This record gives sequence, structure tokens and C-alpha cells, in this order.
Amino acid sequence: MSQPTSSSAGPVVALRDVHKSFGSLKVLDGVSFEVARGEVLAIIGRSGSGKSTALRCIDRLETIESGEITVCGHRVSDPKLPLRALRLDVGIVFQSYNLFPHLTIEENICLAPVTVKGRRRAEARETARRVLGQVGLGDKLDSYPEQLSGGQQQRAAIARSLAMEPQVMLFDEVTSALDPELTGEVLRVIEQLAAGGMTMVMVTHEMGFARRVADRIVFMHRGKVWETGPATILEAPETAELRQFVGSGL
Amino acid sequence: MIATQLGASHLQFLLQGALWTVVLSAIALVGGGLLGFLVALCRVSASRAVRIASGVYVQVVQGTPLLVIMFLVFFGLPPLGINVSPLTAASASLILYVSAYMGEIWRGCIESVPKPQWEAAECLAMSRTQRMFYVVLPQAVRIATPPTVGFLVQIVKNTSLASVVGFVELARAGQIINNSLFEPFLVYLIIALLYFAMCYPLSRWSRRLERRTGYARRQQVVTP
Ligand SMILES: Nc1ncnc2c1ncn2[C@@H]1O[C@H](COP(=O)(O)OP(=O)(O)O)[C@@H](O)[C@H]1O
Ligand SMILES: [Mg+2]
Repeated sequence: MSQPTSSSAGPVVALRDVHKSFGSLKVLDGVSFEVARGEVLAIIGRSGSGKSTALRCIDRLETIESGEITVCGHRVSDPKLPLRALRLDVGIVFQSYNLFPHLTIEENICLAPVTVKGRRRAEARETARRVLGQVGLGDKLDSYPEQLSGGQQQRAAIARSLAMEPQVMLFDEVTSALDPELTGEVLRVIEQLAAGGMTMVMVTHEMGFARRVADRIVFMHRGKVWETGPATILEAPETAELRQFVGSGL
Repeated sequence: MIATQLGASHLQFLLQGALWTVVLSAIALVGGGLLGFLVALCRVSASRAVRIASGVYVQVVQGTPLLVIMFLVFFGLPPLGINVSPLTAASASLILYVSAYMGEIWRGCIESVPKPQWEAAECLAMSRTQRMFYVVLPQAVRIATPPTVGFLVQIVKNTSLASVVGFVELARAGQIINNSLFEPFLVYLIIALLYFAMCYPLSRWSRRLERRTGYARRQQVVTP
């Protein structure tokens, strides 16, 4: 449908030696990783290790001090980057769904396609129906966010992102605010997306899920990529830190 | 006004004054509301210069008694070649006054819309203006309704200051009648009652709105 802005060769997301501080607190200390088209990367690590910050830097919600970030051919680290173009290619879903409470689920989903992409309303509605079906909420078009459970709201938020047809999806601990029995329904949606070939970077605490879905794992520790590799590194960690992290049952 | 007893003609004169109080309040609300909306947008502008300029405007207007603003407009403009009627002077002063207070009330309401809402809209590639008008303002309006209606009461009461520039609204009408009747207690009691009759419904309404703030009302029709 939408044209990929980058050539299909080369990584969709690339971080090279990224440094970022909040005041005197060094949060990203030379972070590098790449995500190829269709690849699923899971970022794991202790709370405070810089996972969310890394994700936010990819969508330029934070600026970096040094290093280079490229996303779908956009030079994110360039201060003059046109943000709109970047955000048309990147979808991001947060722990706290952030649906617009004054709009129905359908309106939540149609808003950006209509206002940003200039889609006709009927066409946007059609898209809304399709993406809601994809996340199993086909009957919730006219509901308001507060009428949905946490798991349903999170799936609606994913649908809202999908309606923009992004090249890459970022997920930041999207199940952390959910009761365990609602976690599964959201993870299943993400798993389907992965199976459909969506390029994804997900920060997650769900180790079993990461092992099953991720093509590659990045373990962050103290603002660094401490260990990275295929999901098998979770079974046989090389560093004591990852061994301890996996062992702690998180 | 020759009769020395309070009569129907006096009451009619008072009611006429009350009507002007309503008219002046409406002008102040609409004019001050429009200007106040602009002030609120400037106060949260992306431009630092605009934020500071509008902040100074608010501080200056809020730091000046409405009475003094009335005098300044009424006596200050004619020497500049601008003639102002009492109604114009009173309206202009009230609009300035209301815009500064409404602007601040609404700035607070805009800022109380959670930051993640801005961010979610930003991540959907919406421009700053789109975020403001489609996502933030509709939510801010709901938060703003109770304090705005509450402030209406202040507007109604403050129109009484228009008497200093010779505008005959309710308070001034009362003064005029009292000057011929010399029944200050009775006259001002009637005036107090008339103000109360205008303000009480507003404060009741404001309190009702406050109680159903948020989305509580819609939640009642939720079927789990
Ligand atoms: N906006 C911010 N201002 C100041 N400190 C921040 C901000 N965001 C995150 N931090 C700090 O940066 C560190 C890393 O945060 P974060 O990237 O959220 O970690 P994680 O997602 O791995 O838990 C934490 O110590 C956090 O307190
Ligand atoms: Mg985090």
C-alpha cells in the first residue's frame, strides 16, 4: 500500500554508538543495534537500564547527544529531520494505552488517517474496521475507551497504530499494566503481527514471549547493550548479569 | 422619580438596570471568552516570546483593579481622540479583565490534559495545531466547564463597577432610586436579591457540572 521510504536492503532501524543523558545521569552509553526488515527485536533488561529511552530515541521523542540513529532511511539524529515523515513510518504503543478518551474507538483510529494522511472518512472507517478485526475488536467500533478492559484498550491502541500503516512498530512494555489474564490476548496480537512480517522492536518483561517471538534479543544493562544474540542466549547467557536477570524470573 | 414611596415604576427601573447587567455580562463573557481563548493559546504557545508576552498581559491586567481599568479606558481614550460611551468603556474594560482571568483558567485546563495524550497524537504524526484542536482542547473543554461557569458569577457581580463610568446597570439604578427615596436598606436589599437571583442559578449549575466532571456520566450506561 504505502511506499517504503527506504530501500528494502539495509536495516530498517539502526543505532550507532548512541549516547544520551538526563542531566548528569547517563542513560544510554554507546548503544548500537540494528533491525532488519521483517525482523522482531526484543529489548530486555532491568528497570532503569535505558530500554524505554532507547525506544523513544528511535521515534525522536528524545534527542540524543551523540551517535547516529537511522529509521527507514530517515536520519533521526539530524536536528533538521522532518518529524512528520519519521512518524508516518513508525508506530509506537506504550504501556499506558493513551487512547483519546473523548473519542470512540473508531474515531480514535480514523483521526490520524483523516487529518494527517488526508484519507476520506469512508475509507478511514473501512481501515478502522479492518484493523479492529485484526486485533479481535470488530464489535467495539462505537465504544469509548473507558468502556473497554485494559487488554481491549491496548489492542485498540495497537489497531490505531496499524491504521497508519507504519514500516516499523515499537512496543514499550505494552502488557505491564495488565492483569495476567489479559496479557495473553495482547501478546497474541503482537505475535500475529510478527507472523505477518511486521518489523518490530519490543521492550518486554515477558521472557517466554520474547523467546518465542523474537528473532533477536538485546539485553540492556546500565545504558549499554550488555549482551545480544538469538533467543538462545536466554538459555545460555554469556554474562553474569544476563544469567542473573534470567534467573531472577523476570 | 418624584414619588417618595417605592412603587412599580421604581421596580421597573431596577429591572431595566438588571437587564443591562445581564447584557453587560453577556458582552463580557463572549468578548472576554474569545480574547481569553486566544490568551490561553498564547500562554501554552511553542514560542517563548509569545508565552512571555501573554504572561505579562495577564499579570498586568490581573494586577490592576477593574475599577482602575474602567477609569483608564473611560478617561484615557478621549484625549487620544477616541470617544467612548459608558457602555463601550464598561464593555472594553470587562473584556480585558475577563480575558486575563479566563485565559489563566483555560491555560490550567489545557495543561491538565495528561502529557501522554499530546505524545500519543504526536506519534501519530499529527501537527501541533492538530494535536491541540483534535486531542487536547476537546478534553480541556470538559475540564474547563465547571470553573468557567463558576467564573460567570464573578463577571455578573463585577459589572456593578460599570457604574463608575456612568453606565446605568443594576447597582447604579439602585443608587439613582435611593437618591430620591432615601431608603438605602430597602433599595439595596432589593438589589442584593436581584443579584442573587442572577448568580445563584449559575453557581448551582457550576456545582452540578463539577459533580459530573470527567466521564462519570457516560460510565453509568456502560454494560460490562
Ligand atoms: N524524562 C526523564 N528525565 C529524567 N530522567 C529520566 C527521564 N526518563 C527516564 N529517566 C531516567 O533514565 C533511566 C532510564 O530510564 P528508562 O529508559 O525508562 O529505563 P527502562 O525503560 O529500562 O526502565 C532511569 O533512571 C530513569 O529514571
Ligand atoms: Mg521502561
